[in-house]
Amino acid sequence: MDMRVHDRRRFLALTAAASATPLLSACGAGFGGDEGGGKGGSAADEVTGSFDWKKAKGRTVKALLNKHPYTDALIADLKSFTEKTGVKVEYDVFPEDNYFDKLTVDLSSGRASYDVFMLGAYMVWQYGPPGWLEDLGPWMSNSSATGGEWDQGDFFPNLLQADQWSLKAGAPLGQGGQYALPWGWETNVVAYNTEVFRKLGLKPAETFDELREISGAIKRRAPGAGFDGMYGVAVRGSRSWATIHPGFMTMYSRYGLKDFTVDGGKIKPAMNTPEAVAFTRDWAEMVKKGGPPSWTSYTWYQCSSDLGAKKAGMLFDADTAAYFQAVKGASPASGKIAFHPGPKGPDGSLATNMWIWSLGMNAKSRNKHAAWLFLQWATGKEHLRKAAVEGNHIDPVRKSVSQDAAYKDKMKGIEGFIETFETVVDQTKIQFTPQEQFFDATTSWAASLQEIYGGKNATSVLNGLASDLAAKVG
Amino acid sequence: MSSSLTETDHGAASHGGSGPPARVVPRWRRGLRPYLLIVPALLLTGGILYPFGLGLYYTVFDFAASKPQPDMVGLANYRRIFGESSFWDSAWVTVLYAVGAAAFETVLGVAVALLLHRSTRVGRVLEKILILPLMIAPVIAAIMWKLMLQPSVGVVNYLLKPFGMGGVQWTDTPAGALLSSIAVDVWVYTPFVAILALAGLRSLPASPFEAAAVDGAGWWFTFRKLTLPMLWPYVLVAVIFRFMDSLKVFDIIYALTEGGPGDSTVVLQIRAYLEAIRFQRYSFGISYMIVLWAVVYLVTMVLVRYLGKIQNRAAEVPK
Repeated sequence: MDMRVHDRRRFLALTAAASATPLLSACGAGFGGDEGGGKGGSAADEVTGSFDWKKAKGRTVKALLNKHPYTDALIADLKSFTEKTGVKVEYDVFPEDNYFDKLTVDLSSGRASYDVFMLGAYMVWQYGPPGWLEDLGPWMSNSSATGGEWDQGDFFPNLLQADQWSLKAGAPLGQGGQYALPWGWETNVVAYNTEVFRKLGLKPAETFDELREISGAIKRRAPGAGFDGMYGVAVRGSRSWATIHPGFMTMYSRYGLKDFTVDGGKIKPAMNTPEAVAFTRDWAEMVKKGGPPSWTSYTWYQCSSDLGAKKAGMLFDADTAAYFQAVKGASPASGKIAFHPGPKGPDGSLATNMWIWSLGMNAKSRNKHAAWLFLQWATGKEHLRKAAVEGNHIDPVRKSVSQDAAYKDKMKGIEGFIETFETVVDQTKIQFTPQEQFFDATTSWAASLQEIYGGKNATSVLNGLASDLAAKVG
Repeated sequence: MSSSLTETDHGAASHGGSGPPARVVPRWRRGLRPYLLIVPALLLTGGILYPFGLGLYYTVFDFAASKPQPDMVGLANYRRIFGESSFWDSAWVTVLYAVGAAAFETVLGVAVALLLHRSTRVGRVLEKILILPLMIAPVIAAIMWKLMLQPSVGVVNYLLKPFGMGGVQWTDTPAGALLSSIAVDVWVYTPFVAILALAGLRSLPASPFEAAAVDGAGWWFTFRKLTLPMLWPYVLVAVIFRFMDSLKVFDIIYALTEGGPGDSTVVLQIRAYLEAIRFQRYSFGISYMIVLWAVVYLVTMVLVRYLGKIQNRAAEVPK
């Protein structure tokens, strides 16, 4: 037998060398991302001549979309886009629970599986710095790529600014690149069951103290007044960033409180100031006395359905979460849900936090012109008006749509909706400090809120949170 | 004949002239044959080891979405993990969960197997129904239980209401959340243990039990002195599988509590997921997974070694 050929050690050495080759090549292959965004010139500069919707005719745009009523209105109108531009749209729709995981993994892989996608303004802080998002500023300012009727000035300025950032942690929004376009948004206000309010002789809360009082009163009195199992106020409580941003952050901001302070470019957690601690304690107390049972698992789905099922007397969350329960025939409470801006802060502030469903473009897209035409059409007056009047795109990002007679006529059937929208729209903005660790910070904040709700000392919990976050964001 | 053409294939030449002419196999091809035979295994091993090796390699960098061109940081990620109290909290929760789930599932699984072993008509029907939870994806089971445990509209509190327990908030306290998660795990996986134990019971020899019956041994004595020692190797296999799986749990807890309230049910897998996917600190998240892999590997090695001893003892193999 030829021992040299069957030498096990030699074979293992060769195998190891072969196995190591891809590993070593991976060392030199990089990690799939770019250093920062905005390098070099924009692909928008390559578009010249007069503007023409048909310039990218024959191309196909791939879109990643989240399952949402706004998305339904978009999909229903896609034919108009293809007719107008000759560009086809292929899309995948994912439920919100795993939509952002899918988007994150896809973008971080450095592939261009999708040319355009839905994202929130907070995601710009995460996806912008690694260079995954196309700066849309050059596209917007290029008259060869953008039609005159698109009308940038028609957007509510606070919404457009919310997607604009310099990519520097702590720097205010509204400066730097335009990394997404506002497409649909949600403002956080109070919706209430008019039937229970009438029966118990209640009026919508004008202060946070009143809100806490009314929440407790509903939980105590409503079951005895024919509203079996009803509690006071539905607010989110799961261990997620999404718990912080709607009602909690809105009321927190109305009290003039900040998540972080920025001093000389240094970010410092501020959720443990004495005022913030007192507010957080009161919020947890309100949930205990007037909030939902099993609050720590509450997401917007539960909050919304509890209002619709007459289990919650009030909802302090996105206006859309209440609207879809309020429309005729949608739920047992439909026709009995009204809107109110919610409690004012001690100085009368109605500062409101918001969520903006925005549309962004993949910086790695090989189809940028067609993708831009899609974004332009989807955020244009024609589609957004149609989506608002015929679909359920109820919070217009454009001033012209919000003033449209057909839109107003449609919305006037929902008590207090238009008035509430008009009252808070100018005071609604992103109330968080932009920084890359947003999701870590707000998830930890939600966990702290749960601990305080569970009976832990608010001061020590929030001090612990602040010291943990200082090391991460400072 | 050339030195590389020394033998015929299958020795056909020695069979005489009745068959087809002998095919000469070059020596180099004979030498290659053993390696070709192991190619599938090699590819499989490579397919497993390559991502693992790459993951391990990433852990010595500080790769994150915010740092797409990372620096090599050596073992800093591991030092940071072991230096953070959150890691030890998660490790403790993971161990509690794994021990709790594996223990409950073992006791219940063996009990169910003993009942089904009686081979009554009801037992035969139940045997088929028993495996239903195993056919449900754990994440679906967790969502289902989340709805059932919901205090205001869930069926569990509705059923408990007549006993004055209609207001239990199952997942609102740290202990409640952990116990509820374990309960869902037990609901899903007890049938797995029961099926393994039942297979074990059916393979046990009848003669020792007949002898015990002739001697008038009671049920408890027979169970303690005969059934359990002989069944133990089968049970231990189930324990190893369940313990390994429970250490790696993600779906049930994430769907039920998302790791809350507070950090009370943040097991190691959830922390790794949050770090790598939600917070996009890839190297740090992968380091968590490598630590978890090491823990599972070590625990499994210990349990497998113990299983070997038990099997030897059960088979009465002399040492």
